[in-house]
Amino acid sequence: MEKEAKIALLKERAKELRKTALTMIYEANSGHPGGSLSAADLMAALYFDELRLNPENPRWEDRDRFVLSKGHVCPILYSALALRGFFPYETIHTLRKYGSILQGHPDMKRCPGVDISTGSLGQGISCAVGMAIAYKRDKKDARVFAMLGDGETNEGQVWEAVEAAVKYGLDNLVIIVDNNGLQNDGACADIMPTQDLCDKFKSFGCRTFCIDGHDMEQIVGVFEKIRMESGCCKPFAIVAKTVKGKGVSFMENVVKWHGVAPNDDEYKMAMAELEVGLK
Amino acid sequence: MKALRDGFGDEIIELGRENSKIYVIDCDIGKSCKTQPFAKELPEQYLNVGIAEQNAAGVGAGLATCGKIPFVCTYAAFGSMRMCEQIRQEMCYPMLNVKIACSHGGLTPANDGASHQCIEDIGIMRTLPNMTVIAPGDYYATRKLVKEATKIYGPVYLRFTRDAIPFVYDENEEFEIGKAKQLKSGNDVTIIASGSVLHLAVQAAEQLEAEGVSVRLIDMHTIKPLDKEIVRKALEETGAVITVEDHNIINGLGSAVCEVAAELGKGRVKRMGVQDQFGESGPYYKLLEKNGVTAELIAEAAKGAVSNG
Repeated sequence: MEKEAKIALLKERAKELRKTALTMIYEANSGHPGGSLSAADLMAALYFDELRLNPENPRWEDRDRFVLSKGHVCPILYSALALRGFFPYETIHTLRKYGSILQGHPDMKRCPGVDISTGSLGQGISCAVGMAIAYKRDKKDARVFAMLGDGETNEGQVWEAVEAAVKYGLDNLVIIVDNNGLQNDGACADIMPTQDLCDKFKSFGCRTFCIDGHDMEQIVGVFEKIRMESGCCKPFAIVAKTVKGKGVSFMENVVKWHGVAPNDDEYKMAMAELEVGLK
Repeated sequence: MKALRDGFGDEIIELGRENSKIYVIDCDIGKSCKTQPFAKELPEQYLNVGIAEQNAAGVGAGLATCGKIPFVCTYAAFGSMRMCEQIRQEMCYPMLNVKIACSHGGLTPANDGASHQCIEDIGIMRTLPNMTVIAPGDYYATRKLVKEATKIYGPVYLRFTRDAIPFVYDENEEFEIGKAKQLKSGNDVTIIASGSVLHLAVQAAEQLEAEGVSVRLIDMHTIKPLDKEIVRKALEETGAVITVEDHNIINGLGSAVCEVAAELGKGRVKRMGVQDQFGESGPYYKLLEKNGVTAELIAEAAKGAVSNG
């Protein structure tokens, strides 16, 4: 596919992801819209372009794996899985409901396409390291992608995992940080300053890229570069500068929208804005 | 005399040779966990992630999702507490096939003092859904139960101790996870022991037999799932049960047995073990004695239970 056409398509997918995620959260009357929306463009590029998956066979042994280490934004993951056909689209209406495969945080035992159960921050990345080691030792060419929040990097375990990824030369691991600058209680700068995450990942020994996490050309471009650099014996880190709540004007950069659902009016306004797409 | 951790080291290398899915993950205490021969001979199945237990747990879970059977190795204090939530979230909740193999359980890292001793692990681990908890009673039991742990799918917490202790079994003894071993039959009183104090219970039982007391002796090597049937029989047939463990008397073997007794509404239980206090530096048997765990005191407790019966 021509690059321009691909970018246009992925932007369209990102729009669908945002609408689906917001609908899920609205209907469940609970969930985490802010971080779901900030991750939407990255997720669109991953699930509709970069990841090697087989929705018919979610446990395919040679698949690329995706670890949502910031598990609370699972509505955006569920939206991607639904739109890729891992389960019927209508399932989105069951988020957080009794008996649903779409638990409040991802459950690998219930939900097809979820590669590891997450929700407790800082842990998913360690699991991703384990998966990447297994793939390397089994001489598989599949890769592992782990998405983290910037607030999540407060957890010391994240850095334990990064050290191990570097030690074992995991160039089949791509760590993506959704660097939206806000966490549960406020701005990262106030709650626990992360300092420069690009510098941090670089100094730990990762091949690090800093991009605009809403610029689809940059997102696709960085994944291309990473593919070309496979064999560099270093884990990759993408620090993606994003805006929490991206795509819904009244949610953008507002701490409150970390973990609350929109009411009826807010939902209608948000969907109207999302329909237009990112400016 | 041989240490339980040696049983683990000797067995894991054999298992690793036979099955390339068996992995060992160390946290910079591989020498103490007796995994270094494995590391040397099977480097492709070995990882050392440094002093980072939380990450070790997650890496183990990740490996397990790819079909490996990882043994995460550390000391009991760190294995049950430093990485407790990782075990819960990434092993027990998703029911992944990871084994936690911990040396230095109980008071056995005796000289190291309280920071390195662990009297809480069994209680913590048995609270976790999907977890199996095993405390072998000697070197041979350790070898067999480590092997058995690889045959069941799901998380298993294996608790070993540091110092050499007497043999109770020989190499031909077979073990089944969840099925306790009755080592002596008797009808006056039952002693149920687990872990590295099993040999003290054996000595107590021998002393009691010599004095004409009909004592039943049970090795409860699996704390969870508990062999409730053998406990029920002991309570019904002998009336009194003495539990012996190198663990806090709260939440360990003794508590597990009390739960059965309370629900059954029959029999009496006397718990012997660490008296809800931290350890300290000193000789192992001195520390046990301070907590009232000696062969003589076990025998005395058993006789007391009989005369009260």
